[in-house]
Amino acid sequence: MNTTVEKKPRLTTSAMIASIAQEGQRTKPAPFGHALAKLAENRPEIVGMTADLAKYTDLHIFAKAFPDRFFQMGIAEQTLMAAAGGMAKEGFTPFATTYAVFASRRAYDFIHQVIAEESLNVKIACGLPGLTTGYGPSHQATEDIAIMRGIPGLTIIDPCDALDVEQAVTAVVAHKGPVYMRLLRGNVPLVLDEYDYRFELGKAKLLRDGHDVLIISSGIMTMRALEVAKQMSDGSADIAVLHVPTIKPLDEATIIREANRSGRLVVVAENHSTVGGLGEAVAATLLRAGVAPEFRQIALPDAFLAAGALPTLHDRYGISTASMVSAIRHWI
Amino acid sequence: MKTPSQSPGKQDNVLSALSRHATNIRRHALRMGEVQGQGYIAQALGIADVLAVAYCHALNLRPEDPEWEGRDRFLLSHGHYAIAHYAALIEAGVIPAEELETYGCDDSRLPMSGMATYTPGMEMSGGSLGLGLPIAVGVALGLRQKGNPAFVYNSMSDGELDEGSTWEAALSAAHFGLSNLITIVDINKQQADGPSHQIMGFEPLADKWTAFGWHVRRIDGNDLAAVLSAFDEARNTAEAKPRVILSDTLMGRGVPFLEEREKNHFIRVDASEWQQAIDALDATPAAGACK
Ligand SMILES: Cc1ncc(C[n+]2csc(CCOP(=O)(O)OP(=O)(O)O)c2C)c(N)n1
Ligand SMILES: [Mg+2]
Repeated sequence: MNTTVEKKPRLTTSAMIASIAQEGQRTKPAPFGHALAKLAENRPEIVGMTADLAKYTDLHIFAKAFPDRFFQMGIAEQTLMAAAGGMAKEGFTPFATTYAVFASRRAYDFIHQVIAEESLNVKIACGLPGLTTGYGPSHQATEDIAIMRGIPGLTIIDPCDALDVEQAVTAVVAHKGPVYMRLLRGNVPLVLDEYDYRFELGKAKLLRDGHDVLIISSGIMTMRALEVAKQMSDGSADIAVLHVPTIKPLDEATIIREANRSGRLVVVAENHSTVGGLGEAVAATLLRAGVAPEFRQIALPDAFLAAGALPTLHDRYGISTASMVSAIRHWI
Repeated sequence: MKTPSQSPGKQDNVLSALSRHATNIRRHALRMGEVQGQGYIAQALGIADVLAVAYCHALNLRPEDPEWEGRDRFLLSHGHYAIAHYAALIEAGVIPAEELETYGCDDSRLPMSGMATYTPGMEMSGGSLGLGLPIAVGVALGLRQKGNPAFVYNSMSDGELDEGSTWEAALSAAHFGLSNLITIVDINKQQADGPSHQIMGFEPLADKWTAFGWHVRRIDGNDLAAVLSAFDEARNTAEAKPRVILSDTLMGRGVPFLEEREKNHFIRVDASEWQQAIDALDATPAAGACK
């Protein structure tokens, strides 16, 4: 650990108030909260539940609109999940919110045994996915998808931007069964409205085509992948981007079809550890199908990540746009 | 750094020394807050009196050897109070004061959330609430098993009263008769989404802990004399029970304009206000001094 005290420009550590929007980026406020409150107008069975993180998951928008359908469960994630299961058994559709770390780590058995085993209609929506806070390992959900992928019958969603979040909420309500959804909160970047895109549960979508590289990505990494593709379209590389917002069930057919187009380097980019996330899911899918392209993974290391300023950490761990560009340059 | 052990004639001296330490802890915390321009500063100001008594009176420590086997263990279960804990570790001489300049910066030993892996004197990695008390049960069992007479202190927040793990550990501490375990609950009546009573009602607290088999004392955690006597009682009572100090505190204590600010988990402090806060601190009659 470095103990020297040197003056350098100070980057602040983002804690609970993290916003992933870059300066000047178009954003939309609280897309999850607004979308849910709107849907709930015609769906009296929707209820909101949280573990002292309504403000920090944008569920406070729903709570304000429907105070009688909002349940503050306290900092008790296990009870939150089991009680959401109980509400679902009585016919309600609970949206249970907390941070991704606490749902996946603290409440795992309660999700596995109560919610998933009976396939109850609980929608778990979780803030601070992957590395979206510099607060340290306690808040960095670097392995939530690996944990959740192990649960049979649990749908897993990793949306890219405000539009994706809004449309995913609608799809999740229409879907019967348990869902784990990663949330982006606060002022959330808006990028997918510039593409011919609509969220469909279980579907991967090709956002742009390209001859040299295929990036398969989910969550905020799709935003980065599109940025990388633009930057490298100066003649460095022609990059296709396949967005996979549903991690489970995985759209294997589309992934195999795109990866099978010859001559392209396949890069999976995810805001998650190299262990057990989209990268390994895609690798296994391709191997099982006998498709063997040149394959690379852009993901967080299998390590307890540092605390610090988010831009520093994204650079250090290779998921910033700049570090992605240099990795891909090196590979092609 | 330790004040002389309490005797009736020395009580006033002890209190005025502790009051200076508490003010210093508040000042260190404000200076760290200023480095980042944000932080859990209202919590730090609220718990400073308790930390002054813990670090400058009660704890048996060797500041130059934070891993000394004979030390009392102090667990910070509510990791977001790290700014307060660092301030106390600075006041106790465990961390050099110059280092507060690095608070929350990249590669600092003082990250925003307290972690054992980063900081000398930090006994656990917090950030995830409700871990401290169960760890403390294990440490207390381990100390007893080794015949080590040290105490283990667990500092926790009122929000952690919501977690099941806290009450599982409370049961087990009483079951094992862990008289070497002292828990301090910082009751600041605030959590992330709002006032604690709106988040999850936990009163009557003294009755709950008593029913769980603990030796209980409830105090005004900003009254240094009361804090001092609660710590002494917790260490000296002969009861074969774990001990809990329920400490009601005022967020922002010692800086009037922060005491009055709308209570919030994460208060707003403008760049120009940090120095004002430090100045206000110096002007405020030290807590407990007029008692
Ligand atoms: C297990 C767990 N759940 C949720 C959180 C998110 N969280 C951080 S601080 C906080 C509020 C806690 O209230 P309290 O501990 O009393 O702190 P105060 O607001 O008084 O600083 C919450 C919910 C967490 N850190 N750990
Ligand atoms: Mg509190």
